Amino acid sequence: MPTNGYLLELQHINQVYRSGERKFIAVQDVSLTLSEGEFVCLLGPSGCGKSTLLRIITGLQQPSEGRVLYRGAPLQGVNPHATIVFQTFALFPWLTVLDNVEVALKARNVPPKLRTARALDLLDRVGLDGFEMAYPRELSGGMRQKVGFARAMAVEPELLCLDEPFSALDVLSAEALRGELLELWTSGNIPTRAILMVTHNIEEAVFMADRIVLMEKEPGRVVTEVQVELPHPRQRKSPAFLETVDQVYAALAGQTQPEHVELGVAPGETGRIRFLPNITINDLAGLLEHLAEVPDHRHDIYRLAEELRADSDHLLRLTEAAELLGFATIGQGDIALTPLGETFAEASILARKEIFATRIRRVPVFRWLTAMLRSAEGQQLKKDVIQTALELEFPPEEAGQQLEIAINWGRYAELLAYDDADEVLFLEPTGAASRSQVGQP
Amino acid sequence: MAFSRLFKIEQPTQRPFTWGDGLVLVGVAVLLYAGIRLALGAPATVEGPTISLAPRALPRYAVYSVARMAAAYALSMLFTLVYGYLAAYNRRAEQVLMPLLDVLQSVPILSFLPVVLLSFSAILPEHVAAELASIVLIFTSQAWNLTFAWYQSLTTIPQELREASATFRFNSWLRFKTLELPFGAISLLWNSMMSWAGGWFFLMAAEIFTIGQRDFRLPGLGAYLQEAANQGDLPAILYGLGALILVIVALDQLVWRPLLAWADRFKLETVESENPPTSWFYDLLRDSRLVDWLSRSLWRPLGERVDAWLLHRFPVSDNKVRASTGRPWALYLLAMAVGLGLAYGAYRAGFMLLEVPLIQWREIGLGVLVTLLRVSGALVIALAWTVPVGVAIGANPRLSTWLQPVVQITASVPATALFPVFLLLMVGLPGGLNLAAVLLMLMGTQWYLLFNIIAGASAIPQDLKYTTALLQLSRWERWRTLILPALFPYIITGAITASGGAWNASIVAEHVEFGGRTLRTIGIGSLIAQATASGDYPLLLAATLTMIITVVVINRLLWRRLYRLAEERYRME
Repeated sequence: MPTNGYLLELQHINQVYRSGERKFIAVQDVSLTLSEGEFVCLLGPSGCGKSTLLRIITGLQQPSEGRVLYRGAPLQGVNPHATIVFQTFALFPWLTVLDNVEVALKARNVPPKLRTARALDLLDRVGLDGFEMAYPRELSGGMRQKVGFARAMAVEPELLCLDEPFSALDVLSAEALRGELLELWTSGNIPTRAILMVTHNIEEAVFMADRIVLMEKEPGRVVTEVQVELPHPRQRKSPAFLETVDQVYAALAGQTQPEHVELGVAPGETGRIRFLPNITINDLAGLLEHLAEVPDHRHDIYRLAEELRADSDHLLRLTEAAELLGFATIGQGDIALTPLGETFAEASILARKEIFATRIRRVPVFRWLTAMLRSAEGQQLKKDVIQTALELEFPPEEAGQQLEIAINWGRYAELLAYDDADEVLFLEPTGAASRSQVGQP
Repeated sequence: MAFSRLFKIEQPTQRPFTWGDGLVLVGVAVLLYAGIRLALGAPATVEGPTISLAPRALPRYAVYSVARMAAAYALSMLFTLVYGYLAAYNRRAEQVLMPLLDVLQSVPILSFLPVVLLSFSAILPEHVAAELASIVLIFTSQAWNLTFAWYQSLTTIPQELREASATFRFNSWLRFKTLELPFGAISLLWNSMMSWAGGWFFLMAAEIFTIGQRDFRLPGLGAYLQEAANQGDLPAILYGLGALILVIVALDQLVWRPLLAWADRFKLETVESENPPTSWFYDLLRDSRLVDWLSRSLWRPLGERVDAWLLHRFPVSDNKVRASTGRPWALYLLAMAVGLGLAYGAYRAGFMLLEVPLIQWREIGLGVLVTLLRVSGALVIALAWTVPVGVAIGANPRLSTWLQPVVQITASVPATALFPVFLLLMVGLPGGLNLAAVLLMLMGTQWYLLFNIIAGASAIPQDLKYTTALLQLSRWERWRTLILPALFPYIITGAITASGGAWNASIVAEHVEFGGRTLRTIGIGSLIAQATASGDYPLLLAATLTMIITVVVINRLLWRRLYRLAEERYRME
């Protein structure tokens, strides 16, 4: 075998999307290896290209550039030694639980009798004995995902790929299923040689993986790797576990940069445009209020996740927004309120709007947007027009989302008004926009 | 919710006229021209069949009629699967096939009938020609909506199900069997039911078509009814109608309802539905030992064999990525050949059109106008009674469940089958044919409207009704602020189908041979029929083409816009 010892190797993978004339980079220069016996997590915020990477690894998608080697040989088409467990289960709703597992074996020409026996055995092992003849719609989410696991195991894959397999489940079934998967994996009872899991949940990654590959977005890329050398079963409250979680948060939350770097540039200028994080103002205010109550107004981000019962992905978006607007600074996994953040947390509803307005007017995307509206006839523009302009900078879907966020924030700050029926965006004639000159720090 | 699904047509994505549409229309013109060239050799007289009015002939006629429908339906399904597959999976093909389908579905199909009949009878034996023409005609009425449904379901299959079938290495057969067909099953089934309902209308029209010395009638239920009306034989009319209704109800109860009940498993919804479709016949079959035995010892092993063979025969290929990166020269050559053929055909067709004298063009213009008036009149009358009645039925669930089967059976009788009966009743009145024509259009159109309005009225949320009551709005205010806006999308959906049906009806309704006499009234349908009868082929081409273009333009400029307005502004979601 011309093997280099790795089960899977990615060499300088690039994934580029074209939209009209523009090119958008979804995955930038990712190199990665996976050895036998490893459980690796790809961890990153949504939009960092981790699911795309999973599809490239399984051969569902061809990378624009770079090579995928499986056992040292370049991958051609769909990898026959890999399967995927999907976030949304991807069961065929018209097939019974048994048929859903059997069909995977049928595709590999396993004769009927053997097929049924194997499928029944697997369903038994994941604890679905007695549900063979049920249809997926009769099962709870957790049980459906068990069928997903049984189906994936049925074809005895060497490489098991998991695409956020627990994120569509309720907390309890997710926890139970994680334990069961780890049990199967560590007991060595399955022919799987390696597991690759995509997730955005930091605790989940630390709980399960031997190694965590951290990814960032804009553009999607690998930033660092974290080795987790804790024995299974892992204790979530143990200091070693928490330390690793803190370390991952620190890597993903980053370090607050000087303001001009944080803010980036406006569309049309050269340089990096800062994406607006997808959050609601209410949640941001909640975060700031919570921080204002802790001593020193400084806190470990991973502890915030626990205290606010927030998903790590969501929480990181909130801290990013707080950082972008100058309400907080981030360093080494800690977040600290700035004086402005404190003022915001303690201000009245109207004062908050004014502070918020002065802050977002410094964000280049807003400067660009208000300038465009001001020069437009009647100080208003069709949403489509702005969307088209944004599509010069962002991929179409992202452009749509960025515009939605901008409208939301702008409405809250009373800078913008939006007529949904006519899909027209215009400058708010009075209100915070004109009053806010006073609030300039 | 059977009401709402039954007559809902999918409108393709909104787009204005493109050069593609123009090209398709040219293609249609060339096809017509080719047909007319062939028709020049049609025999001057065609002996029709003798239709027996004896009741014991009815089973045979019923079998003939159903067989024609079934043949056309099989053809439609085959066409649908292939065409939809091509359009969904080949981007280049999609760019040609979808605009083509879009125009084809708004063409008034019956306007083709004379040309198809004449050209077929020029090259085929008489009865074969008429049979084939009827099947082609029914096919053209059944195929388009099925194809749209199939294309749409193929393009909306969830991404993760596609990826699952790829990672589990399904070959094309297994993918078709476990993913694509089940996913499209319910939509295909509802559209099949619609297609059959529409198909009866055209079958009846084809079975009774007679023009001048050429009798193209076909032995079947339609011809029986027409002969009975011709002879004024009231008992025979009743027998014929009874047989027709019996056949339609039997098909509904023994074929469609069981299929619907069975197909409920193909819903994508991941929750159990509250009231799934039921069928006594399906329950009967499911409990039957014989069926169970057949399924276990015959059907399943056979299916297993077929699967195994196809899986071996067509293994998954991993190298499909390398597929044609070069220029497909063969395709370009083909496109060029088609283009040249079209250009030549268009040139010849243009010459033929030049032969039409100005005075005939004026007649054509007048004809289109008069028929348009008649169609609009029928639509207005239909709206005038279906809106209040539909709202009354839809707002009252008990009345609705009670009336549903009655209305459905009444509606299932194809208007063309009743046409000879109307004629018998009205031929003595002043303007009798005119009345009968409007009545035929009305019969062909009002049901679509009624069904949709019932569906719309029953979909108005209860809390909005309470709100209007609490606000003490007057009756007029209530209609203006709640009922009419809520009904608007449903009315438009119904009216689109209805107006298409009315244009079709004009071909059979404006010019008839009845009781040995020829009756005619002004209109584009009448002009087409006259041109066929007198062998004035340039006029036939001009009139048919004018009608097609008129209907396509009205569709695009009026109905599409209203539909979009309805979807964007008045959808209750």
